[in-house]
Order: sequence, then structure tokens, then C-alpha cells
Amino acid sequence: MTMLVIAEHDGTKVRSGVYSALTVARDLAKNSGDNVELLVLGSGLDSVAADAARFAHVIVADHSLLTNPTADRYARIIADVAKARDAVSIIANSTTFAKDILPRAAALLSAAMAGDVTGYSFANGELLLRRPMYAGAAMAVVTLAGRPRVITVRASAFPTAEPLDQPGERTVWSVDASNLPNHSEYVGVESRPTSRPELTEARVVVSGGRPFRTSEEFENYVGRLADALNGAAGCTRALVDAGIAPNEWQVGQTGKVVAPQLYVALGISGAVQHLAGMKNSRVVVAVNSDPEAPMFSIATYGLVGDVRQIVPELIRELGK
Amino acid sequence: MKILVPTKRVPSTDERVRIRPDGSGIEDAGLAYMINPFDAIALEEALHIREQRGSDVEVIAVGIGNADFESELRTALAMGADRALRVDFDGSLDSWSVAQVLAAVVQREKPNLVLMGKQAVDDDANQAGQMLAGVLDWPQATFASKIEFVEPARLSVARETDRGLETILIQLPAVITTDLRLNEPRYASLPALMKAKKRPIERISCQDLGVSPEPKVRLVRLEQVTIDRTCERVADAAELVHKLRYEAKVI
Repeated sequence: MTMLVIAEHDGTKVRSGVYSALTVARDLAKNSGDNVELLVLGSGLDSVAADAARFAHVIVADHSLLTNPTADRYARIIADVAKARDAVSIIANSTTFAKDILPRAAALLSAAMAGDVTGYSFANGELLLRRPMYAGAAMAVVTLAGRPRVITVRASAFPTAEPLDQPGERTVWSVDASNLPNHSEYVGVESRPTSRPELTEARVVVSGGRPFRTSEEFENYVGRLADALNGAAGCTRALVDAGIAPNEWQVGQTGKVVAPQLYVALGISGAVQHLAGMKNSRVVVAVNSDPEAPMFSIATYGLVGDVRQIVPELIRELGK
Repeated sequence: MKILVPTKRVPSTDERVRIRPDGSGIEDAGLAYMINPFDAIALEEALHIREQRGSDVEVIAVGIGNADFESELRTALAMGADRALRVDFDGSLDSWSVAQVLAAVVQREKPNLVLMGKQAVDDDANQAGQMLAGVLDWPQATFASKIEFVEPARLSVARETDRGLETILIQLPAVITTDLRLNEPRYASLPALMKAKKRPIERISCQDLGVSPEPKVRLVRLEQVTIDRTCERVADAAELVHKLRYEAKVI
């Protein structure tokens, strides 16, 4: 019996959040004595498979029809592999990749699913999973009936797994192309080029809100402070709605959830939906001209003032 | 063309949710409810498609719940839905059982398109649409921020993902889940709301549909989340950097 971990990757290596999912899988497997296996799907996977093998036994589903992650094909293969490997749990990092594909795979397996899990425990031999509800205002403790269970976890809530002493085996999964669905055609992806770290992986996140009216302003204040701290740049929903920042920089209930060591909120009032995406950051700094801004209530440090004046001062101080 | 818009009744986002002391759920005494904002976006998109393509498009709003749900379904009618359907159900649902019920509604109504919100703002699950697509073996396009017809039965959908805006092409019939930036839902006018009070809402039972939804996810308890942080106010940038370096030791 297996704990199957879905290894999202960038074509060359496994995405770092997967190793937090692997930590959970290993811990659950310790209890049950199951094997832990990483499943890699895609095309031209030698480099990814070698990377994954450092951490676990790898199942490799490599086929040109899997070049792009379309939910219909990926869910089909995940379900087939789960059945063949006798998976007791399927675990993934909670990203839009997993949110798109795992529920469909769960349906193919008639499996129960819990997403965005941030903690777990055992009671009377039952696995209890903790996950946020009501935009993070509440934590639900749930159990999943039946097998396999499908679980996505918040990488920021779990430590990264260490590599194995010896690389794991690699098993080739033979993809039956004639049996693969053909429900969608992938056209492409558009993203704002940036050399900054990825939001969900960065140690420091600097986020901007309404005071920044154009992309240039955003870059001059939020971007430059992020660079001074070697951090990622994030934003509120309002900026994406206005076309000032791209959707993949949005932090919040329906955007990315981050938990960096330091989160700097520039001119962000602190709506519940935004807080849901960052309140578990270790240190929160709020800079806002409104002393009553809700963001101050969850911040570690608060500075009342004009962001346009304060940000250049911060950058100067950081340079000292 | 028939567009099915599943809707969920959720606590109003204007209110702060309070957890019952025994953790069994939220305090619902005096709570205001609304159509899940993402489903309102889905309904708006369906209405927009009907406005673009003419009167041969039928928009059906469907909800699963008890008679209390009818007020939100009437809002859907007031916004412009052609019909509203309530699957009578009083109990707990999870994404899986919602998908089972909706699949049965799809078999009955035979829509070309299911347009629904990507997640409900109470459980934030973001699963039901994908599960429905899996059960039906239909194409799915999740987190849609733009939908365009490239052919009468083929859609180009731009999706908001962690990597950026991803575009896919799908053939109908399909399931699409909507994201925030797809559109801004219209408000139902007061005259329309008054008229909707007299419109019939079709009621069907799970038995009529041949389903007996049994959730696989069981809620053990709900816990309030509190943030244990007291904000220390600093006077200026210099003091802040000093605190971050030497007190919090985070830079």
C-alpha cells in the first residue's frame, strides 16, 4: 500500500512545495507502514525524475500527450496509478495545478478530498485533518471516509523533507495513449517576467495596495523595496482588477496564500480576504497612512505614514 | 443552448462569522445569507452569453437545500435567470455529494454548459466543479477570468493560475468554474425582485433524481482562529529597520 505524492515540476526539477507534501506523506506512512512514492507526469522527464528520485521511489509517466498539465489526462493517469499502486492517500502541494487536477482524480476514484490542509492528528486511529474555512476565520477539523483519501497541503505549514541516503528506484508508468481523454487543447500561458523569488517560496514578501496607481509606481516602491530585501513582490486584489499587477502576484483568500518570515504590507488596509492569504507570516509589518487600518491589528510592527515617503527611507536604512 | 448555474447559499460576507462554543458549526441565529459571490459571477456570465447570442439560450439556476434557499434563488430569477430549480435537501453536503446531485440534475436538464463559482466562500473547498466534470467525463476549465466563443460549441478560456494566465480551448458540453475577474455581477432591480416573488421555483427531490447524497467528509469540529499578535507602533523607517534587524532578527 502506498502514499502517492504528486510531484509538480517546472520541466527541470520538482517544485519545492512538493517536499512539504512529502514530509506529510512520510509521517503518515510511518504510522501505517505504507510505501511513499512520488508520481511525476509530463514529457521529457529525465531531469525531473532524477531530482525526484533523491527523495523517494519515483513513478514516471512520460509521454508527449502529457507535455501540458491538462486536468482530464492528468486526473486519468493519477487515478490509474493510484489504483495500480494501491494508494491509501494521494497527497499534493495546494497549488492551482493540484486544485485543478486532484478533485477530478478524486471523483474518478470516488474518493473523499480535503484541500489546503495545515495540520493533522490522530484520534482513536482516525486521521483528523485541519483546514481553513470562512476565509481563514475558522479552522475545520475533518475526517475523510473511504480510500484512497485525496489531500492537498499548504507547503508553508510543513517543513521540507530531507533527501534519502540512497536515491529511490524509478518505475516507468506505461501511458496508454489510446485510452487518454482529449478534452482540452492547451494554448499557452502568459506571465509577467520577473527575476524575483516565487511568492509562495520567498523568505520575504513585500506587498502593495491601493496607493500604487500604475505598474511603474508599483515597481518603484513595492518592487524596489522587495529587491532591497531580496524578496518577492505581492499585491492585493484591487491592483490586479485594475491591471496594475498580474494575477499570479495576488495574495489572498482566492489568490496565493503565503507564510514568509517577513511580510511587509504597504498601503494595504487589511480586508479579511487579504489577511486570509498572509496572516500566518512570522513577522508582519504594516505601513499605512490610516492609523485605524485593520492591517495594524494583525501586524507585529506598525508604521503610520505615507508609503511614498517611508519606502525610500526604508530602502536607505536597509542599505546602511 | 442551455446553461446550468449551480448556486450556493452562503453567510453574507459583510458579517463576521462566529463559531458556536461547542464547535459544531457557526452561529446562524440572525445571520444574513447571500448567493455565493463566485456563483453570482457565473450567473452574470450566463446572462451575458444569452444577451450576446440571442433568445435561444436558457439560463437555469439550481440550488441544493431546504426552503430557506428560495430567497437566493429568487434573486437569481430577478437578476435574469429563466428558471430556478431547488433540489430539496436538508442535511450536510460535501463537494462529492454536491457533484453527485448536480450530475443527476445534468442528466435531467441536459445543459450544454455548467457555469459555477470556483469556490464557495464558506468552505473555500474549490472542488465541486472539478468533481462534477470528472463524474460526467466532460471537459473542465477552472478559475476562468475570460470566456470567448471561437465556434458555436468551442470556447477559449483564460484561467488564473499560480504561473500566470493560462489559455485552453474546450468543446461543449463542459464545466467551467469562475474566478473573480470574469465579470462584475449586475444587481437585481427592486421591480425585478418584487416580480420574482411571484415566479415559481421548481422543486425536485433527491428521490426524483435517483440520488441519495452521503458526504464522505465529516466535520469533527470548527475552531475560531485568533491571531496572537500585539502591534508595536514604530516612529519612523530607521526604528523599523532597527527592530527588524535586532529585535525580530528577520533581516
